[in-house]
Amino acid sequence: MKRELPLMITAAVGLFMILSFFVPHHVVSVPADFLQSSAIIIVAFGYVLGGANVLKLNAEAIYRRNPGWIYKLILVVALISTVVLGLFDGCNRKGAFLEEGSSSKWIYDQFYSPMSATMFSMLAFYIASAAFRAFRIRTVEAGLLAVAALIVMLGRVPVGSLATSWLPGWLQLPTMQEWIMEIPQNAAKRAILIGAALGVMATGLRVILGIERSYLSGED
Amino acid sequence: MLRFIENLDRRWLFLLMGLLVLLPLLFPLALPLTVSPRVRNFHDAIAKIPDGSTVLMPCDYDPGGIPEMVPMTRTALKQLFDKNCKVVVICLWNGGPGLVDRVVRGVAQENNKVDGVDWVNLGFKEGREAVMQVMGQGIANAFPRDHKGRDTRSLPIMKGVRDYSSFPLLVSISSGYPGTKEWVQQVQSRFHLPMVAGVTAVSAPEYYPYLQSGQLLGLLGGMAGAAEYEKIRNEKGTATRGMDAQSMAHVFVALCILLGNWVQWMKRKGGRA
Amino acid sequence: MPQTGPRLAVRLAPFAMLVVLLASAHPVQAQGTAAPDTVLADTTAATGSDVAPAAPRPPSKLTVKDASNDAGRALELQWVRSPDDLPGQSLVTQYRLERASAPSGPWTVVDSASAGSESRADQSVTRDTDYFYRVTAVGPGGITPALSVTGPVRATSQWINQTRWSVLILMVLFFGFVLFFISQAQAGKVPFVRRIPGIDAIEEAIGRATEMGRPVLYVPGILDIDEIQTVAGLVILESVARLTAKYETPIVVPVTYPIPFTIAEEMVKSGYLHAGRPEGYDPNSVRFVSPEQFAYTAAVGGIMLRDRPAAHIFMGAFYAESLLLAETGFQTGAIQVAGTANVHQLPFFVVACDYTLIGEELYAASAYLSKEPKLVGALKGADLMKITILILVLLGCILETANIHVLTNLLQTQ
Repeated sequence: MKRELPLMITAAVGLFMILSFFVPHHVVSVPADFLQSSAIIIVAFGYVLGGANVLKLNAEAIYRRNPGWIYKLILVVALISTVVLGLFDGCNRKGAFLEEGSSSKWIYDQFYSPMSATMFSMLAFYIASAAFRAFRIRTVEAGLLAVAALIVMLGRVPVGSLATSWLPGWLQLPTMQEWIMEIPQNAAKRAILIGAALGVMATGLRVILGIERSYLSGED
Repeated sequence: MLRFIENLDRRWLFLLMGLLVLLPLLFPLALPLTVSPRVRNFHDAIAKIPDGSTVLMPCDYDPGGIPEMVPMTRTALKQLFDKNCKVVVICLWNGGPGLVDRVVRGVAQENNKVDGVDWVNLGFKEGREAVMQVMGQGIANAFPRDHKGRDTRSLPIMKGVRDYSSFPLLVSISSGYPGTKEWVQQVQSRFHLPMVAGVTAVSAPEYYPYLQSGQLLGLLGGMAGAAEYEKIRNEKGTATRGMDAQSMAHVFVALCILLGNWVQWMKRKGGRA
Repeated sequence: MPQTGPRLAVRLAPFAMLVVLLASAHPVQAQGTAAPDTVLADTTAATGSDVAPAAPRPPSKLTVKDASNDAGRALELQWVRSPDDLPGQSLVTQYRLERASAPSGPWTVVDSASAGSESRADQSVTRDTDYFYRVTAVGPGGITPALSVTGPVRATSQWINQTRWSVLILMVLFFGFVLFFISQAQAGKVPFVRRIPGIDAIEEAIGRATEMGRPVLYVPGILDIDEIQTVAGLVILESVARLTAKYETPIVVPVTYPIPFTIAEEMVKSGYLHAGRPEGYDPNSVRFVSPEQFAYTAAVGGIMLRDRPAAHIFMGAFYAESLLLAETGFQTGAIQVAGTANVHQLPFFVVACDYTLIGEELYAASAYLSKEPKLVGALKGADLMKITILILVLLGCILETANIHVLTNLLQTQ
């Protein structure tokens, strides 16, 4: 029963949500709306578990002086201070959370924002090193892919337009990249998306029907 | 030489890339831009809505999206404010509300627009697609208080706003999930709200099918899209300035591909010899 | 092993019947009828001044009907614009929609629509309640009383969304295919599954990590449990945990969201249990990190560089961090296997990883790894559906080329 009950709940709720897509009647739509709102609340409670895990793992590592414990200490201090200051701002009506002049806004502007932007901008450097190292033309298909990549990359920026402006219209890089993106790229992408969508449905069905049930526990 | 390039420490590549991005920002090349139909349609879709109407503008991004998303947000807001449109901004990314509020507030002040009357930032709400669905039952149901903690229903701008049917257009600026794709799937397809979008360059191709089906009326793809939009509006924003740097970066990546393959090819040739 | 799936499917048959039965129910639509004018507007009255503009003439022919395919949440109003509502003129600034529960009033303004509008939905109605409506035009010159009152009308719930028949048919067909092949597989007719090198490489990667005495890093994507890719990633995790348990190799699973975190713990536990080594499970192997994309990326990069796992497995939904993770991973010399259905991130994984599962292969991986007949049967059902969609796409292309829109219209939903 320990295994059957969660499976039944999963199946019932899953099928009910599928039913709500086809049946707009309030007998179905009102409970379905309630379930959707409940999901938001459940997710919020989940963060307590997550936070506890972060503290537990890192406190252990700091206590044992594991390699890199100093980073973990910084993490724990940052986590606690952000939560405390955020709570303080949120509870204090004068300086609402993330309002101009609040301490949470200061943390956001001075730490979070520049660090996020830095991580994202690292992509440019990684793309360059990956392109140099890994984009190998070993087959005809890889060759076609490389040619297409070069056309698209240069055709999307002004320099490509400038370099081929003297050629007839259909040979200009922006026109060629537009064609590549609109026709072959789109067709291939749609094929992958249709396949993936069916995969999503099949996985969803397997979970609802309890075929994919290892997430419940290891008992058989 | 061949061995040197083959064993090149990738930090040299990083340094070169850094310089190629930095120099055009300091010394602009002013390369000419051509406007693509997708960007033109984005601009025209906003131009066609009645002056003075209220528009929903979800800004779903965080600081990582500053180079691409912020210029789009600024230019779209300016175009809307020029038409005396009122703008309702929301953000479904937990890392975004502070940034989005700063950007929107800045543009509003430049255009002498009043918070709560001409524009409002309803702030962040956890729940992703669920929030979109709850908004279908009423915008204020999902956002009872705005970013500043004011009662949403009491704001003058919200007097004529009930749900999605109150908006003639949805302008989605997003750099990932939840974002444009979810707005199309959850809102555009269900409520038939006309929609345009601004997205990151890497994800732009994913939205081409929506353009072809008419679910998106226009699309800004990455910094290039933002720069083209600025060009239509005769503005010199950060995207236009960034395009020279992006051009150089693209050329450099293309050269990296060619150089990497040249090394490989020479090695194979040497092996055969 | 309990046959929960099919047994449950049999139990669920009544549900399917119920859907079909519900589908045959017909919605009742209310249609408002124009009542005689209650207030007559004297639109010809002279204003007596050139300075003050006259009040605009009211709109006419107001009809109100129940919004279709909903839970009785809206009424749709349509009217013919005021003769004074002309483009470029500002005699009309807006239309005011008023509602009452009796034709004599009292009237309440429920909504307004800008000049030029001819329709509006009133979404503030109570189900199964009679209402009366009138619409007036408002302008700088004031308001002229409405021409007529329309009603009574009521919003009612419908039992079936008439625009979603095509989805229902295709879904029932798809579920039918899947269930049929599952039952076939259980009867011993297990379908052939082509070799997927990317999945085969997972075992090889874990084997190598064992030889080197280093851990395996498993990243189940960066999205929450409502994303099916995360579910797929977590299901594969169980098979991977079985292998790491078998090889006695530590596994590290950093997770972004709380609910996938608890499920990932269960998956790893379950893997160790199935491998017969429950004592080998380390409670610290699954770690909650942060839902913030780049904070998570930085943490995983740190694990790669400090713990030096010999195998990196990325399975789930990935965005901008895909190349940051895979390129950092490449620098450490680990074997990398990735799988995602986020098409725009595939090129980064293809370039930076040793093996990549593309789109649907991610969802097939759990069936491939576990060789469970029921899961393999579900794969064949999905394949048959793909063929059906392919036929529909081709047919649609041919019909649209011939300017016949019947199939396109049939497949459109609301």
